[in-house]
Amino acid sequence: MTSLTSVKREIVLFSGLGLFLALIFFQMGTAFSLRMLIEAACYAIIALGLTIQWGYAGLFNTGIMGFIAVGGFFTVLISFPVNDKFWNSDGPAELGVVGLYLLAGIAITWAVSKSHRFGFPKKLVTFLTVLTFAISYLVVISALEPAADKIESGAGFIGGLGLPVFAGWIIGALGAGVVAYYVGRICLGLRSDYLAIATLGIAEIIKAVFKNADWLTQGTLTVSPLPWPVPTPNDIGFVAARAGYLTVTAIIVVVILFFLQRAYNAPWGRMMRAIRDNEVSSSAMGKDVNKRRLEIFILGCMLMGLGGAALVTSTRIFDPSGFLPLNHTFLIWVMVILGGSGNNLGAIFGAIFVYIIWTISEPMAILIFEAVKVYGNDWFGWQAPSDLMARALQMRVFVIGLTITLVLRYAPQGVLPEKVIHHG
Amino acid sequence: MALLEAKGLYAGYGGMNILNGVDAVIDADEIGVIIGANGAGKSTLLKAIFGLLHVSQGTVKLAGKDITNMAPDKLVRAGMAFVPQEQNIFPSLSVEENLEMGAFVRRDDFSHLIEQIYGYFPDLAEKRNQPAGELSGGQRQMVAMGRALMIEPSLLLLDEPTAGLSPRYMNEIFERIIAINKTGVGVLMVEQNAKQALAIAHKGFVLANGRNRFTNTGEALLNDPEVAKSFLGG
Amino acid sequence: MNELIFFFNKVIVAGSVIGSIYAMGAIGVTLVFAILRFAHFAHADLMTLGAFFSYILVVAFPELGGFVGLPTGFVVLPVAMVLTAIFAIGLDKTFYKPLRDKNVKPVVIVIASVGVTLMIQGVIRLFAGTTSRNFFSVDGVAGKDIFRIKLPFEAASRKIFITEPQILLFIFLILAVGLLHYFLTRTRLGKAMRAMSDNPDLARVSGINTNVVVWTTWIIAGGLAAAAGTLLSMDVILKPDLSFNILLPIFAAAIVGGVGQPYGAIAGGFVVGFAETLSVFNWAILLRPFRDSIPEWIELPSKIAFVPTEYKIIVPFVLLIAILVWKPTGIFKGKVL
Ligand SMILES: Nc1ncnc2c1ncn2[C@@H]1O[C@H](COP(=O)(O)OP(=O)(O)O)[C@@H](O)[C@H]1O
Ligand SMILES: [Mg+2]
Repeated sequence: MTSLTSVKREIVLFSGLGLFLALIFFQMGTAFSLRMLIEAACYAIIALGLTIQWGYAGLFNTGIMGFIAVGGFFTVLISFPVNDKFWNSDGPAELGVVGLYLLAGIAITWAVSKSHRFGFPKKLVTFLTVLTFAISYLVVISALEPAADKIESGAGFIGGLGLPVFAGWIIGALGAGVVAYYVGRICLGLRSDYLAIATLGIAEIIKAVFKNADWLTQGTLTVSPLPWPVPTPNDIGFVAARAGYLTVTAIIVVVILFFLQRAYNAPWGRMMRAIRDNEVSSSAMGKDVNKRRLEIFILGCMLMGLGGAALVTSTRIFDPSGFLPLNHTFLIWVMVILGGSGNNLGAIFGAIFVYIIWTISEPMAILIFEAVKVYGNDWFGWQAPSDLMARALQMRVFVIGLTITLVLRYAPQGVLPEKVIHHG
Repeated sequence: MALLEAKGLYAGYGGMNILNGVDAVIDADEIGVIIGANGAGKSTLLKAIFGLLHVSQGTVKLAGKDITNMAPDKLVRAGMAFVPQEQNIFPSLSVEENLEMGAFVRRDDFSHLIEQIYGYFPDLAEKRNQPAGELSGGQRQMVAMGRALMIEPSLLLLDEPTAGLSPRYMNEIFERIIAINKTGVGVLMVEQNAKQALAIAHKGFVLANGRNRFTNTGEALLNDPEVAKSFLGG
Repeated sequence: MNELIFFFNKVIVAGSVIGSIYAMGAIGVTLVFAILRFAHFAHADLMTLGAFFSYILVVAFPELGGFVGLPTGFVVLPVAMVLTAIFAIGLDKTFYKPLRDKNVKPVVIVIASVGVTLMIQGVIRLFAGTTSRNFFSVDGVAGKDIFRIKLPFEAASRKIFITEPQILLFIFLILAVGLLHYFLTRTRLGKAMRAMSDNPDLARVSGINTNVVVWTTWIIAGGLAAAAGTLLSMDVILKPDLSFNILLPIFAAAIVGGVGQPYGAIAGGFVVGFAETLSVFNWAILLRPFRDSIPEWIELPSKIAFVPTEYKIIVPFVLLIAILVWKPTGIFKGKVL
């Protein structure tokens, strides 16, 4: 493939996208379109995280939603205003005690697990380690429960730290990276299916925790309004505020893109592709392969955390029950494989394009089903079920699934294929 | 008419040819032996004959019938059996189940055949209910050959049946191959132990770089000083 | 005594029920992995779909159960199993086989299976909405029988509870496992299935018809999924998002048991099932009878549970991680993926 035709392709596709956008601005208004673009930009950050995991290293991550939620959560924790009611209560002290129990538990368990150095038999040590772990775990959660109950009934939840939003985003990215480190350490040495299963599990656990730990996140009560890094619509109106926010996210996308492009062409990127394309021969490099994979997995998840933080911030509400592990995760998969896995521009194109379709598909699905309802009634006397509109939106899940299977089969390269660089 | 007639075969992996016009012809009742350096394309030749690789040029005939690029399960029904070089048993299946799998295409009663194979390889009779993966290397090779014999093939393809075996097992396997051949089964085999193999061969094929280098009777090749120098270790 | 009966109801019965369901799902997952070598993410939604097939059949023929004196849902189960099996073969032909034929990396087929799961979910919710349905409220004959068994002890005023669907589930599982064992060890096709799991290339070389083996795999996996989904929904309720809380446990069960090992999957199913009920059980209840014999100053907590019920999903995950760390081949020496 000559690079000229691929550049042409990029120009054509992005101009098409621009026209499409112009149409939407014209049809749906500036405020609506700006909000859509902000969210698309956040998804682009997330999609870049996935495209390096999948496109550069062939890692199958089914828990993207979990990493998005982690990013969002840390933003709340860091940047939401301080909850004085909580800080003036016994809450912090009680949580501190729980924290001490936790540290003590970790220390004792760790010490026991190392006791084979003093000549205890291995089996006994394992047994004792599990036992101490179980006991310290029980002590910690039984200390946490009353403290959590008190916070919930008194202060509501612990609130945030009132720090700048950007600090929240960075911590969000780091938090996602830490989770990724542990998942990756365990699963990356094994076949890709294990990583898929484990990330799915992690996402569901993260969701369960955020949804149920009311003292931490207010659970189903949700946290809002989240502070913005730029003036909010309340201060300067929708259009100006959203334009400001869009600028911020767009800059982030461009910066990330810049660094990823450089890394792709650097020796590091070349090694990644070698690992992806020919696992057998590079497994001669042994442990090194897993280390490289771990690096890229963590990096990708950090981008997901960052994108997630920006996304949650932009909606101004942290609603843990709104995170749907499989559906949202695979919306991002569609973005990446449709755009062209391994191609950063492809991921950005895919993110914007798919998100626009996703957004306008909601009114469209409702329109179609309204029509079905009316004509069904007129022609066949069909009584539509009352939750028809909710069902109409489920059709979009079907479409995500269909798109994935069709793209994998008929256009596995996506619309902007990875540029194959011959090296070696 | 020749039992197997492979003429001018081109085949390889992923579009790259490894075989560049190889011939191999043996008559019924004959043992043909393929020798050559590592990577010469010996295994590739057997795979191409057995329909496991796409033959891009050339023809393969079995008893006069064109079988080029026929699927393996059809070839099995046509009376050709293949024992691959590696991973040639079902490790978690018992010895007897391995033999039964060899007879998968048969719908008749084949219990007499199983007994016949235990007759060939008495080692196996004792271990018939043991998982094949637990056997020694030589015994596994016997299981693999036994599995292939279950269709009562007219042509048996063997890829390095004695690789990595102790001399005791090696001799036993060579003896069995002769015995099997005496029952009217044509054998085409790849061998690293070239001298011993050529000694029992009616025909010998020396491959180099995916081409026929020498073709003659086993005896003639053994006595050819040029073959001896480069392929039989002096 | 009453506390022990409570324990029996909450842990032993409930654990066996959910363990049986997981076992049936995990057998399918593990067989698909053994033969086709990919983790089938759409498996839990095959369960939901199978349960809906049964439900539709019960709505269509509500009187069927009357002829044999069993719940109609159970009587129509074989038909639902056949339908789901056919559906599974259809899935394979339209979505997975074309990818296999293109020799894609296994992980691509895994992704496709997630695509399939989203499609099934979309369709089910389009037609069924999000409301729960009860098999016994559409059954024309039988109600849900609940057996209350009183133990012959003075002290035992509490009764052992067990429902008819639960008993049917246990009977079904025992029969199914017996048949599966017979199939795998005694029949030509069953042995061919094990052979293909061992060494697919050699299976082809031996002339084994690999397509037939693949179909058989989907028939068993689909049939068991339909049975598990139906029996679970009869015991509890039929929810369109039934699959949601099942996918991770059945993967955990398959991996804990050893990937590719049907007997391991059964063991794994029960391990995961009992781990769940044991960890959400309130152990403080078992301490209550000893209240009087414990010195006053020790304060017994009112609740000692390892995991609050809302966090139950953590249990299979922890088991999964533990087995991956310590013994990735699982209890029954399966393949490491
Ligand atoms: N599966 C394969 N894919 C690509 N190349 C292969 C494969 N198997 C063998 N080759 C190559 O084909 C050539 C011949 O191999 P082979 O026929 O196995 O040699 P031998 O004569 O030692 O049996 C070698 O260069 C080898 O590297
Ligand atoms: Mg070879």
